[in-house]
Amino acid sequence: MKNVVKIQEVNPHGTNRRSFLKISGLGVVGAGLLLATSCNNDDDDPIVTPINTLPGVRNGIFDLGGGDLGILTYAYALEQLEADFYTKVVNSSGFNSNFSTEQKAVLTDLYNHEVIHREFFRAALTGALPNASTQLLPDLAFDYGSLNFSDPVTVLGTAKALEDTGVAAYNGAGKYITNTDYLLLAGKIVSIEARHASAIRSLINTNSADFAGDDVVDPMTGLDVARKPSVIIGEVKSLDIIQTPFTAQFLQ
Amino acid sequence: MNILKFLETFANEDVLRSKMSRAETFSQFKKMGSDMALAAVPFGLASIAMAPQKSSAATMVADSPVTALQLALTLEYLEEEFYQTAVDTIGLIPLIGRERLVFEKIAQHESAHVDFLIAGLGPNSIPKPTFDFTAGGLFNPFGDYAQFLALAQAFEDTGVRAYKGQAGNLQSTPDLLQAALQIHSVEARHASEVRRIRGQKGWIVQNDRGGLPAQAQPVYNGEENTIQAGFNTSTVSGIPPSAGSESFDEPLTGAEATAIASLFIV
Repeated sequence: MKNVVKIQEVNPHGTNRRSFLKISGLGVVGAGLLLATSCNNDDDDPIVTPINTLPGVRNGIFDLGGGDLGILTYAYALEQLEADFYTKVVNSSGFNSNFSTEQKAVLTDLYNHEVIHREFFRAALTGALPNASTQLLPDLAFDYGSLNFSDPVTVLGTAKALEDTGVAAYNGAGKYITNTDYLLLAGKIVSIEARHASAIRSLINTNSADFAGDDVVDPMTGLDVARKPSVIIGEVKSLDIIQTPFTAQFLQ
Repeated sequence: MNILKFLETFANEDVLRSKMSRAETFSQFKKMGSDMALAAVPFGLASIAMAPQKSSAATMVADSPVTALQLALTLEYLEEEFYQTAVDTIGLIPLIGRERLVFEKIAQHESAHVDFLIAGLGPNSIPKPTFDFTAGGLFNPFGDYAQFLALAQAFEDTGVRAYKGQAGNLQSTPDLLQAALQIHSVEARHASEVRRIRGQKGWIVQNDRGGLPAQAQPVYNGEENTIQAGFNTSTVSGIPPSAGSESFDEPLTGAEATAIASLFIV
């Protein structure tokens, strides 16, 4: 795809192409290659992310992009949020004194897992993006307002919302992923988010079946929550926690 | 798609064009057959409708949407009967605390999953196998609560890994893929809760079977993986190496999941 774009940039107009061919002995061969490359990309190659929807700054604001790399960037944004939240939880002044041993153990594991997820996406996207220096989502800035990170009820309630949102986000994004390896990686992560959600819910309401409550798992179908990226992004933005502006023009 | 909508589609189809070759006609009739089957499947989960692919649980290897969902249905049949029997066995599950509520909820979900998959598979559905949860006399899950919990953990962790392994086989049917993902995360919620009731972490540590009998080791083999798309999850700065394999669940192949389920199928 890079080759096609480059060729088009060098020689965008048909009228110029004719004169270009005349002055170059390699012109005919070159034209044949150009045609073959174009057709190949149009018809045969699985286009994971169309080049014009790659993540990156558009009109001064970072856009998450479309296609598989857009979905991975969207997941990276959510993992950045989760990792930042738990980092603030385990470093809060009241963490050791206010939380039970079990709560601390679970929240510390969640902190570890979410930081690993964030660093995984940073590495994976850096490797997969054609030009990571401009296409990799920057480190987002967060502001939780007056949220009390030393209060177990507040922290567990926020953790529940974040983990349930993570489950709904991965469940709703899976069908838009075209690359099977990326789909499997999302599957490997979403079940961890669901295990987290279950544990947090169980910590909040100990003597209950809230780990998979009817508010998230439809008791008639047994299906968990799933929401498409545009809905999740709207929900997350409405929380006003992510301070770095971003758009998502190309996600469903 | 209801039958009226199907007839509407039929009326608009190229079937009615007059200048069709024999080959084109043949392919149109094939398409028609598939549309017809489609009309019979509720929930809109119709895109897998094709010639029935009956296969026994013991021999099938999942590699298409139909075989993927047949494997899923086999596992859900197993879980449904296991939990329903447990809930119906007086004196097995403690009445104090959350455990009875938990297992009634899990039983409800597994039963819903069975109904959902039978409906989704339509003509490709498979009958319920005959289960032996003692695995030929090895276990006594309905007479020994600790053994019931151990098998429940093994079944839930197997379910999570088995659905994950089938995701790629459902990519051609996006609605089914999403439904399978929505079941997959429910299995993960169950697994976490059952593990925590047993005093385990909600997530799998290395390939540790957590005190389960040796026969359950295939449920956990491979979970120790720390390399994800070339990234080493055990070397993240400031994070304990042991958290690496915990933070990603691993898939089971159709053959691996079938082998585990087969221990309990007569």
